[in-house]
Amino acid sequence: MAEPAIELIGIDKRFGAVHANRSIDLTVERGTIHGIVGENGAGKSTLMSIIYGFYQADAGEIRVAGRKVEIADPNAAIAAGIGMVHQHFMLVHNLTVVENVMLGAERSPLLSSGIAKVRGELRRLEEDHGLEVDPDAVIEDLPVGLQQRVEILKSLYRGAEILILDEPTGVLTPSEADHLFEVLKQLRAEGKTIILITHKLREIMAITDTVSVMRRGEMVATTKTAETSVAELAELMVGRRVLLTVDKGAATPGDPLLTVKHLTVKDSRGVTMVDDVSFSVRAGEIVGIAGVAGNGQSELLETLSGIRKAKAGLIVLNGREIDPAREADPAEIRRIGCAHVPEDRHSMGLVLPFEENENAILGYQSDPRFQKGPLLDPGAMRRDALEKIEAYDIRPADCRLKTASFSGGNQQKIVLAREMERDPDVLLIGQPTRGVDVGAIEFIHKRIVAMRDAGKAILLVSVELDEIRALSDRILVMFAGKLVGERGPEASEGELGLLMAGIDEKEAAE
Amino acid sequence: MMDLSSFLDLIDSTIRLSTPLLFAALAGLYSERSGIFDISLEGKMLIAAFASASAAAVWGSVMLGLCFGILAAVAFSLIHGLASITYRGNQIVSGVAINFIAAGLTIILGQSWFGQGGRTPSLFGGGRFTAVELPFADAVRDVPVIGPIYSGVLSGQTPLVYVAFLMVPLTWWVLFRTRFGLRLRAVGENPAAVDTAGISVTWLRYRAVIICGVLTGFAGAYLSTGQAAGFTRDMTAGKGYIALAALIFANWKPVPVMFACLLFGFLDAVSIRIEGVDLPLIGQVSVQFVSALPYILTVVLLAGFVGKATPPKAGGVPYVKER
Repeated sequence: MAEPAIELIGIDKRFGAVHANRSIDLTVERGTIHGIVGENGAGKSTLMSIIYGFYQADAGEIRVAGRKVEIADPNAAIAAGIGMVHQHFMLVHNLTVVENVMLGAERSPLLSSGIAKVRGELRRLEEDHGLEVDPDAVIEDLPVGLQQRVEILKSLYRGAEILILDEPTGVLTPSEADHLFEVLKQLRAEGKTIILITHKLREIMAITDTVSVMRRGEMVATTKTAETSVAELAELMVGRRVLLTVDKGAATPGDPLLTVKHLTVKDSRGVTMVDDVSFSVRAGEIVGIAGVAGNGQSELLETLSGIRKAKAGLIVLNGREIDPAREADPAEIRRIGCAHVPEDRHSMGLVLPFEENENAILGYQSDPRFQKGPLLDPGAMRRDALEKIEAYDIRPADCRLKTASFSGGNQQKIVLAREMERDPDVLLIGQPTRGVDVGAIEFIHKRIVAMRDAGKAILLVSVELDEIRALSDRILVMFAGKLVGERGPEASEGELGLLMAGIDEKEAAE
Repeated sequence: MMDLSSFLDLIDSTIRLSTPLLFAALAGLYSERSGIFDISLEGKMLIAAFASASAAAVWGSVMLGLCFGILAAVAFSLIHGLASITYRGNQIVSGVAINFIAAGLTIILGQSWFGQGGRTPSLFGGGRFTAVELPFADAVRDVPVIGPIYSGVLSGQTPLVYVAFLMVPLTWWVLFRTRFGLRLRAVGENPAAVDTAGISVTWLRYRAVIICGVLTGFAGAYLSTGQAAGFTRDMTAGKGYIALAALIFANWKPVPVMFACLLFGFLDAVSIRIEGVDLPLIGQVSVQFVSALPYILTVVLLAGFVGKATPPKAGGVPYVKER
């Protein structure tokens, strides 16, 4: 058997009290695609950062092609033939593709010779791997899929033999993801080694040769992908059996609680983001809006929740007409009985430096329950927060802790608890499980279904197609600001994927 | 109403008044492009003006004065660098502190060294920069139009004026044609990208800050040993802030920076001449209004009425490796 591409032996890393990696052993064979799965905070990213020289391990050694290497910084990693495609792309948005590829590998103090070299190399990579990209395009003008390609090209230009991809498909459309997988398979065929970090177990099953599972800083299993199953991997990740499918009965929809007619929304640049959209959500059903991020779902949610003003159209919420031309008012929308879980908990849902109990009442702070004369009543706030912490199993159970100190999943639960415990009639919910790990996803999905069964109208926006299909009673697909189709939850992923890519129904049928 | 010679006179003083702004704005450009906001241009110019006038007064050498001016400004730059790069402090607070220190220090040291109420002794002879006559300046003086422009405006400036304007193409070339420039542009936008490419963010930013110090040193030396003949207290009089306004106005680009500085220098030149002059239709314009124009223009720009200012994305944010 050939030398493994990379071997980790006894890698150990602590950050203060947190033991992020506990004596990790890992062997990755050359010319394979090796998946690494684990919940948030399982230590995957720390481990990869150690391989890439961002951190130094406290103990253990790294061997590349059988030789022990010291990786003190990213330079050493690059020299050892390791390249990394980060989850948040490490690109300079206002520089061109060429400039980004050559950054740090310019070869001489003047740029001109390096530029010629990069152009030649990009052309060669394009011919060899089909990695086509305009070398003079400015990064911010490129779609996300192409930006990711630039990241891969950066690594290949530096001569990477081992390519680490951190959650590469999170921002891609299904077809972009498929294309990425084709590229990865081709790179594998040429003998490159690929390490794929993801939380999407289906991707692991679809593309990897071998898979390793991390849990709480430990490497709990490494097996051939062909010899395992999604259920087994999920169980290994969480440490207990996980319900992967959402357990829900048939919907019994009642009267429409939210009706939207001919809604048009423009953004600050005057670009139409929501284009003549009409639909309704009835009591006791979950309507999912599928779509690739950036096709107007965010603007739709923001308009319905009163954050953004509509250009034209009509919204009827709980029997009350909302005049789109008037200045929007989220507080009023809340009073009418509509709660909103924003898509981005960091920028909209939470004030991270605040204590947990303060975030737990954000937006409802004028409720008499939390008032004591003209002041807030901290005792009442904390009692209320502790009730929610218990009901939603938020950890750690400390309502005085800064919200920033909670993990992503627990932060999400704080927002969900705040909005759902108000018992709204209509719930607008954006990306309910973004960055949330498997165990918490199960819990959040159960809660959403319970709301539905209690007769609430729920509008769900998610870029995770699996989530949309698992939860929704009806699926609306949004593309370029328009609703381009409605499907039942039984619609296939391929069918929805085509709609999401803007291929119209007739073409899709052919 | 205005003849050619008084017009050329106006242009001449525009160039002279723009020079310190140009040095300072280019200094700010290097620093801010690297992601270190610098409102201490003012303080660094002031300390450099003081240091170069003092050295020139003591040793009678303007070049020695320039060296000390640069050294003083670089020392202050390094303090700003230490606070904002190494210790990840607030760049505005550090900048304000430097401005205060410079304002106080120049007066205290000036008084204790020279005993002239914060002034340095008047400079003469080799203690000042003198005008440089360009070749053929005399020969073409009588050629209509071109003659007076060449010999009256282009020729006869102090050497630092030529240095300042040559810095513009040089800065452009450094920024867009060299490895250092590429990395500088990148680190102010996304330091993490620079870090993962195996380049030290810290060292890159320190180099930018040092260049900023050198250029503010030139700016200060020009004020006290080129434009004036000695240091007077608070002689920068807000030029560091105007330079900052010019930098914003020019969207952190070298050639537009030059034009912004010329515009602001022109307004300054006009404000000197406009005092007490009756303009048709408008009547007398207050000097204060003209002096305030650069700031008003900048505010209007920032409010989005004239184009859009897009500062380096990572500006003002200390770089911390994320986990």
